[in-house]
Amino acid sequence: MKNLQKLAAVLMAVMVVLCGALLLTHEVSAASEGKISGTVKYEGTPPHMRGIDMSKDPYCAKANASTSPHMENVVVGSGGGLENVVLYISEGLSGAALSQPATNVPVFDQKNCEYTPHVLAMDVGQTFKVTTSDQTAHNIHPNPNPMTGNIPWNQSQPPGAPPVEKSWKAPEMIEVKCNIHPWMHGWFAVVKGPYATTDANGNYTISNVPPGNYTVTAWQETLGTQTAKVTVSGAAPAKADFTFKGK
Amino acid sequence: MHDTAHAHVGQHAAPTSFIRKHVFSLDHKVIGKQYYGLALAAVLIGMFLSWLMRLHLGWTNLAIPGLHLLTKNGAPGDVMTPEFYLQLMTMHATIMVFFVLTTAPFAAFGNYFLPIQVGAEDMPFPHFNMMSFWVTFVAFLVLMSSFFVSDGPTLGGWTQYAPLSAVGQVGGPGEGAGVVLWALSIAIFCVGQLLGSLNFITTTLDMRTRGMSLWRLPLSAWGWFITSVMGLTAFAVLMPACILLILDHVAGTSFFVPANTVINDQMQPHSGGSTLLWQHLFWFFGHPEVYIAIVPGMGIVSHVLITNMRKPMLSHRVLVYAMGALAVLSYMVYGHHMFVSGMNPVSSLVFSFPTLVITIPSTIVVLIWMGSLYGAKLRINSASLFALGFISMFIAGGVSGFFLAQPSIDIMLHATYFVVGHFHLVMGVAAMFGIFAGTYFWFPKMYGRMMNETLGKIHFWCSFVGAYAIFMPFHYLGLAGNVRRYQAFAPEYMQHLIPLHKFITIAALFTGAAQLIFVYNLFVSRYKGEPARDNPWQGTSLEWSTPTTPPPHNNFGDKLPVVYHDPFQYGVESSTGDYVMQTSPEKAGPDDEA
Amino acid sequence: MAKFFAITIFVIAIVSAIPILRHTWWMAEDISTHGAPIDEQMSETMAEAGISFLASQFILGYFIWKFSNPKPGDKIKTFPGGAKAMVWAAFLLVGTEVLALGVFGVKAWANVYFTPPAANAVPVEVQAGQFAFYFRYPGPDGSFGPIHPDMINEANQNFYGLDTDHDADSKDDVVTAEMAVPVNREIHLIMHSKDVGHSFFVPELRVQQDFVPGMDLSVHFTATKIGRYEIVCTQLCGLGHYNMKAYLSVLSLEDFDAWMKKEKAMQ
Repeated sequence: MKNLQKLAAVLMAVMVVLCGALLLTHEVSAASEGKISGTVKYEGTPPHMRGIDMSKDPYCAKANASTSPHMENVVVGSGGGLENVVLYISEGLSGAALSQPATNVPVFDQKNCEYTPHVLAMDVGQTFKVTTSDQTAHNIHPNPNPMTGNIPWNQSQPPGAPPVEKSWKAPEMIEVKCNIHPWMHGWFAVVKGPYATTDANGNYTISNVPPGNYTVTAWQETLGTQTAKVTVSGAAPAKADFTFKGK
Repeated sequence: MHDTAHAHVGQHAAPTSFIRKHVFSLDHKVIGKQYYGLALAAVLIGMFLSWLMRLHLGWTNLAIPGLHLLTKNGAPGDVMTPEFYLQLMTMHATIMVFFVLTTAPFAAFGNYFLPIQVGAEDMPFPHFNMMSFWVTFVAFLVLMSSFFVSDGPTLGGWTQYAPLSAVGQVGGPGEGAGVVLWALSIAIFCVGQLLGSLNFITTTLDMRTRGMSLWRLPLSAWGWFITSVMGLTAFAVLMPACILLILDHVAGTSFFVPANTVINDQMQPHSGGSTLLWQHLFWFFGHPEVYIAIVPGMGIVSHVLITNMRKPMLSHRVLVYAMGALAVLSYMVYGHHMFVSGMNPVSSLVFSFPTLVITIPSTIVVLIWMGSLYGAKLRINSASLFALGFISMFIAGGVSGFFLAQPSIDIMLHATYFVVGHFHLVMGVAAMFGIFAGTYFWFPKMYGRMMNETLGKIHFWCSFVGAYAIFMPFHYLGLAGNVRRYQAFAPEYMQHLIPLHKFITIAALFTGAAQLIFVYNLFVSRYKGEPARDNPWQGTSLEWSTPTTPPPHNNFGDKLPVVYHDPFQYGVESSTGDYVMQTSPEKAGPDDEA
Repeated sequence: MAKFFAITIFVIAIVSAIPILRHTWWMAEDISTHGAPIDEQMSETMAEAGISFLASQFILGYFIWKFSNPKPGDKIKTFPGGAKAMVWAAFLLVGTEVLALGVFGVKAWANVYFTPPAANAVPVEVQAGQFAFYFRYPGPDGSFGPIHPDMINEANQNFYGLDTDHDADSKDDVVTAEMAVPVNREIHLIMHSKDVGHSFFVPELRVQQDFVPGMDLSVHFTATKIGRYEIVCTQLCGLGHYNMKAYLSVLSLEDFDAWMKKEKAMQ
């Protein structure tokens, strides 16, 4: 009888601690209202992006008959804005912002035999979806470094197949390819904490950043990384602009 | 003299416990039935896989309800992925070639009837024999287990061409653990067949009873003996090849992968291997394997035909010599699988010649069968129907060999459905017909009950017409240039052939369903069939003179039989009717040596 | 039952032969200079195999018809010639048949494999990889730049691993996804695989040759008819095998030059 009481007491204590922890985390996320925004620009003449000949698969060739597809390794907008740059907080994050992956499900679509978007950023542990809009089968073959703890996979998606849902265990910039269409090439940018990807004009906004001092890193697949220090204080978004110089 | 000499060899007391009687039995008859059961389970799985493939080929993005249960990633939304198709294809071929066509006609019937037909109590090495089955069983489990590992089974095809089979995971789904399990399974399988072959050879050479000279062996026994000699040499080559392949995966060796291999933009850590080496090793086994599948069938069919024609073959010896010639030549022709593989073009011509020559012994076998049919008193029953169907299929599949033996034509037909049609008819369907003929013929001896004849005939008609409906169009597809091992028709590719594929799919579903009649017949007849007499077909060979049906533990009771005749004393006048059994001292006719 | 069986065999044999005789599904039209002997060899073999097939099925059916359901008094008979006749028949009929096919076949084969490419043959390189073919033309200097396997990067469209910054020979190499050749010119096709085994098959060209990793092989041919043909892979190379294709455009000389110019601009 005495034992049972003891057990009940311990259980109560555990419950109290758990509720407290939940409340605390809740408080932190409620506070993560801050934002970091800015623009990423490219300076200089953009490198030549070779055209892609998709004739090997008539479906792809037909889907792109009116456009001329080309590589997307460096995509510069009309105002010099650099697209597909991933921005994330590389230093200064702690606690809950790190431990709770985002709950939205980013989508990586295979459309007209290209990846949309070309770079898909996501949080560690965040579930993402690979979908196909094409009437030809693709295989999705991401190539992580096995030393990071991310496990490589390779699976096909025939036309009409439901989305493939996956997540990654460790932060890493992972190249993804379709071997059936060797020109298809994209990235899974897996980072810890809040992130953003630049749009066609090079603009971005990282949301849900709790107030504090941070280092923001901008990563571009061929141009490398740049960092900037920012302070997020509350109401107004902190600013961080980047400029990548061409060769 | 013989009977006393080997009375101790292979002799073991009748088992008493259930496990020693039915599971770990030393009795060749039980082992034969175990092999048959394994082959039956395997063939049903293999056929089921082929149904899935055919459905996919006819209606590519069709969702097959429940398909996702068979695979982790291979069927999102029940639609088959390209890799899953190839995995099914590889498993279908491996299961059929190794666990059906090698085990059923050779290991199953051979185990049961070879010792009885030579007049022995058992095989000389019963423990090896038991091991042979259980090792094969383990091999089967290992192969099936690859369905349950990470990416599923290997997709490399039953030929497992290197370097795709040797580079590991990066080569595609199933190319990691799947290949290793495949190679392991086949290496284990080889051990089982080597043990079996050893037993068969020794049984034939050393265990014959008094009066049973080699030439008095029935043709089925000759078939198994010749096959076991091929098995001993062919599997002995495949086993090391599989071990080297495993080493390429687990030990970092490069037997089959050359330097500078770049897969998915990654340099592979290999150098110095040869991809053609695998092909030579594989086909050095692979071509004899075709004859391992078909020669026992030839023996069984000859045996069934003689009994049902009520007359001997035109020449017993010529048939034996022809089967022997097939066995010898089968080692010299393997290069015809590699005409366009990049080996020296002179080798192609060198390999072409024996490949063309091998049609001569094959023709002799067929002509002897047909010439023997002349003037026969042919009985039509399920067994003889399948035996005659075997001949028809063997001809149909054999004539396409003319094409594939010639390197210049092979440029057009290599790796097309023509090849698929060829080997399915000649080693798939024909060998299966041999198995069916043997089953309808020997079932009464094995289980003491007759099989249902009506069901047997329905089974035959569906199978015979169905097999032609499936495999003849394969030749047309091949002539039109349809490449094999394609999971679907890529946009614009060979669209006009899709209706023909749909026709084949429907024929395959129908013919496959007809096989369930056979399975039903087997099980119902096993328990409810009409009781069989000792010699229901009025046969002459030793299995029909056992004291009981099925035969007792030591086959012939206390006394081994004494043989007085050749096994083909039919169409004679004797006290029993138109035949004289091998054990009967009665003189059969002027030619009889008794 | 036996008669029904015989009739079934007759019907199956005839029905099987009809699509062959009518060429319902038949080989694609030959557009090569070396294909004629191959096609001839094919027709001869088809005739001989077809006759063997029909004759043996008919005889089989006939014997089944004739010699089944014996009456009680019937005696067995032996084929007049006995086994000897059969062995002779096999050796004479099939022996001469295969000998003839073998000997004539050597000619067709030698045409393809034992004649070296002409000195002025147009060199084209083809690289097979999972799951696409890429072609390379040497450009004005007539020589191919060296391949650096470690530099192969499909993301940068450097399918061949060319180092155009350092290798002079590579600078003018033209890498394409589609193969174009001038009509009536001999082509010397140099083949190599960057990963696993593949095969190069153009039915219309009567060319099929495997790629062997670690070995450089070559074939040569002349296309005689302008058009667009499919190049397919026939050696199982992985999950995308079924879709490993490229197109071969046989063009007039002017069109070929224009095509080359266009491709060069795309580099």
